[in-house]
Amino acid sequence: MGILSFFRSSSKSSASVAKERLQIVVAHQRRENQRPDYFLSLQRDLLEVVRRYVTVSDDAVKVEVDHQGDCDILELNIVLPDR
Amino acid sequence: MARIIVVTSGKGGVGKTTTSAAFGTGLALRGFKTAIVDFDVGLRNLDLIMGCERRVVYDFVNVIQGEATIGQALIRDKRLPNLAVLAASQTRDKDALTQEGVGRVLDDLSREFDYVLCDSPAGIEKGAHLAMYFADDAIVVTNPEVSSVRDSDRVLGLLASKTRHAERQDGKVNEHLIITRYAPKRVSKGEMLSLQDVQDILSIPLLGVIPESPTVLQCSNAGTPVILEDKSEAGQAYGDTVARYLGESRPLRFVEEEKGFLRRLFGG
Ligand SMILES: Nc1ncnc2c1ncn2[C@@H]1O[C@H](COP(=O)(O)OP(=O)(O)O)[C@@H](O)[C@H]1O
Ligand SMILES: [Mg+2]
Repeated sequence: MGILSFFRSSSKSSASVAKERLQIVVAHQRRENQRPDYFLSLQRDLLEVVRRYVTVSDDAVKVEVDHQGDCDILELNIVLPDR
Repeated sequence: MARIIVVTSGKGGVGKTTTSAAFGTGLALRGFKTAIVDFDVGLRNLDLIMGCERRVVYDFVNVIQGEATIGQALIRDKRLPNLAVLAASQTRDKDALTQEGVGRVLDDLSREFDYVLCDSPAGIEKGAHLAMYFADDAIVVTNPEVSSVRDSDRVLGLLASKTRHAERQDGKVNEHLIITRYAPKRVSKGEMLSLQDVQDILSIPLLGVIPESPTVLQCSNAGTPVILEDKSEAGQAYGDTVARYLGESRPLRFVEEEKGFLRRLFGG
């Protein structure tokens, strides 16, 4: 750690660290709250389907729900293994 | 019809029972018929804070199970004639509360009272769920501390989806924030989240700020709701909070550090 970054990190108050951490965790929590009840089983089933074709890790299938006006958009992100 | 107010937080030990007792007593001081109901089955405490623990004969669960009438179970306050407490059961478990039973008791109370306050247990399980289910208003009690703020946000999510108003889509629960155990001195040292920080994160209207105060412990020792200590900062802050709830505008007090002479001179 350089001198400058030492000063910078020590001048940041513990309350502002708390606030930043909270903002992140709360944003995450709110996304989770908006997920429909079938969310986890959908994610599990999708992983199962992908695995019929390729070997992927447990976190290879990412599902997010995005709210836009009146409709909810399901966003799928599937990471395939290196070729 | 009474307005039903839940006092909730997710996290335990943040001041829900202290707030229920003070706020309920404050509404009664303003002339409203007010009942405070302890939903913390198995861990009853509201009776102690209100100073009526020796007069508990029947409790909330007895009424739900038809072993007593609401009239027999309500404990009328000795200080204020329009204030009453319904104690939680100390010996049963949370499963003794049913949605239908709680609804029936709140309906009965709604006929006699203007306000019914539901003092929620900690957590997000059955007791906490039933305490918020029938609410028209929610008072979310939060300490300026990470775990309390996160839990409050979680509870706000539940208020928006798991209440009767949410299920019936007939309006929403009005959310109010009360920040308790606030220590302005620690805030200005950067050791504690500020009012603004907590509001930025939770983004619901602020109803009041209650300072950290030794009077709260003295009052719970004596069984006196702290709002009756009208010389104390905490008592006055609760008084302001009730006034704001009733639509009066009151500036926030006790939220700035008392500055010494030198600091006033040089700022900071
Ligand atoms: N403003 C305050 N200043 C100091 N102590 C407080 C304050 N509010 C609450 N307390 C203390 O915090 C503890 C928990 O309060 P309580 O109302 O029982 O919380 P909860 O019902 O949320 O579990 C009690 O010991 C109480 O005296
Ligand atoms: Mg309590």
